[in-house]
Amino acid sequence: MADATLVRDFDPLATGSAARRVRSKALVYALLTLFAAFYLLPIGIVLLNSFRELPDIARTGFFAVPETLTLQPWREALTSFCLAGACEGIRPFYLNSILMAVPATIISTAFGLLNGYILSMWRFRGSEWVFGFVTLGVFLPAQMTLLPWAYVLGNAGLTNTIWGLILIHTVQGLAFTTLFCRNYFVNIPDDLIKAARIDGAGFWRIFRKIVLPLSPPIVIVTVIWQFTGIWNDFLYGVVFSSGDRQPITSALIALTAGATSVRHHNVEAAATILAAIPPLLIYLFGGKYFVRGLTQGAVK
Amino acid sequence: MSTLSIHDLRKSYGALEVLRDINLEARQGEFIALVGPSGCGKSTLLGMIAGLETVSSGQIRIDGRLVNDVAPRDRDIAMVFQSYALYPTMTVRENMAFGMESRGVPRAEQESAIRRVAALLQIEPLLNRKPSQLSGGQRQRVAMGRALVRDPKLFLFDEPLSNLDAKLRVEMRTEIKKLHHRVAKTTIYVTHDQVEAMTLASRIAVMHRGVLQQFDEPQAIYERPANLFVAGFMGSPSMNVLPAVVASLDGGPAVEVLDGLAVLPLPPGTPLPKAPGQPVILGLRPEHFVVPHRAQPEQTVLGRLRADVEVVEPTGSETMVVLRLGSKEITARYEPVDAPRVGETVEILVDMAKACLFDPATERLL
Repeated sequence: MADATLVRDFDPLATGSAARRVRSKALVYALLTLFAAFYLLPIGIVLLNSFRELPDIARTGFFAVPETLTLQPWREALTSFCLAGACEGIRPFYLNSILMAVPATIISTAFGLLNGYILSMWRFRGSEWVFGFVTLGVFLPAQMTLLPWAYVLGNAGLTNTIWGLILIHTVQGLAFTTLFCRNYFVNIPDDLIKAARIDGAGFWRIFRKIVLPLSPPIVIVTVIWQFTGIWNDFLYGVVFSSGDRQPITSALIALTAGATSVRHHNVEAAATILAAIPPLLIYLFGGKYFVRGLTQGAVK
Repeated sequence: MSTLSIHDLRKSYGALEVLRDINLEARQGEFIALVGPSGCGKSTLLGMIAGLETVSSGQIRIDGRLVNDVAPRDRDIAMVFQSYALYPTMTVRENMAFGMESRGVPRAEQESAIRRVAALLQIEPLLNRKPSQLSGGQRQRVAMGRALVRDPKLFLFDEPLSNLDAKLRVEMRTEIKKLHHRVAKTTIYVTHDQVEAMTLASRIAVMHRGVLQQFDEPQAIYERPANLFVAGFMGSPSMNVLPAVVASLDGGPAVEVLDGLAVLPLPPGTPLPKAPGQPVILGLRPEHFVVPHRAQPEQTVLGRLRADVEVVEPTGSETMVVLRLGSKEITARYEPVDAPRVGETVEILVDMAKACLFDPATERLL
């Protein structure tokens, strides 16, 4: 795979005077710093609050410098906080999210690869129409699908199960994964497939030996997209699961909507950050490829 | 017995007919060039031989076996693509082994075939490299190596040299010719470059607009082009064509060119192609023009023309001169020492024994 670079060969600033270069750079960095601070502020505040004692928050409010730092809220969030009838912290819901997001990501990506392969290299009469209908799914609002899904899950006996959520996320994700993979695969030269046909390779052998080895960039893009989307999904979790079957996102609501009179802002803060860690990690490790994959898309 | 025979082959996409009435055959070990301008259907024809395109009607036989509906893998062919189509994620060795692996050839046999071909093409040092680490010429060799390892009945080349720079292209052309002499496999070679076709092929099939124009040995195609298209396409610079009228000169057959500007004799005894006074088209190659003092005794049928020199193009070994003849321009080949200067009026002889006459209506050779 050719190394993609995001640095432009042409530097427009180089065409100005030295003074102008310095002024422009200074302005650019000042603006960037401002926006970065603006964007990071909420996360910073949540992070600070997760280390504060509850009375401290109660006295001085959310936006204040902590008087003392404590790990107690993190311990509580992880192990002992009472949520939806159990006092095990957010761990069971965390596990639910993993059990939901990992298989749904893998299955939807696998089918996306296969769909994309067929729709780009084994076109048949009407395949453009099929592709058109599949991509229509990208534009359907999730709210529109709630009733049909309730009907399907009910009939399949999957209401309030992890499997039900896996099914929903797999099917809902197929539109995206198929679109991504198909658009990536159309750039693989036809001659490769023709050569492989003459070399005696069939549908699966071409897929395994030629197409898949060329696919890491698009697999990374698809996995990041799917995993973060599924992990962060709130709507389906809230609607189709309850009690101890909920994924972490909908369980977090139970934290704030508890019947107890006192809200544990510090535990909420810690739990929120914990819930956000997996997608963040995925971005951190795959983000470089994500941007490449979305912008490049060409096979050379 | 011919390795490849094609009978009344036709290809259409819906109402659009891209190939019609193609009849071709390649004898064992022959090198056939399919040549024509882009869009003439030559690549489609190659794709049909390979099994990558369906046959609308007609027959394709490889070694006598009808293969119209046989899958590419079972046709016993190998193909070299214009883009080389090397599998980018595999090493050179894996690229060469892929086809054998698909067919379940034992590993030891694969290894010996790869070694044999790698030695033949001198690509042993490249075996563990990926295609992206190879130069254009090396990729070209590997692509040929991948075709050679399988020892097929028929080799198909689809414009294999057109992605190389001019110098490398000439080198690889010679390589391919040498290689063909050594392995003596029946080869079908598609190209748009008439020089490639002339230098490589034992026979050339000239195609235009989906129709086979002429199928013959290179020299025959060059000297006796079947029609005006072939005459114009093969040879560089192109054959000069002049409108002419059948006439007589000193009692012998002749043609009158450019409204009586000159009368050129035809070889005595030539049956008149048409009745006197009928129009024909006269085709003359640049080398058919002779400077008067270089005329050889055996060149007995010479016409004489006077013309103004318009452009002089030296190439080193020869000089091409564009001459103005009335309203027409013709290109003549000169020895560099004989080359006239621009603006001069020169006298030049035409070796009419080699001239071609075409019918203006059908554009066919008379």
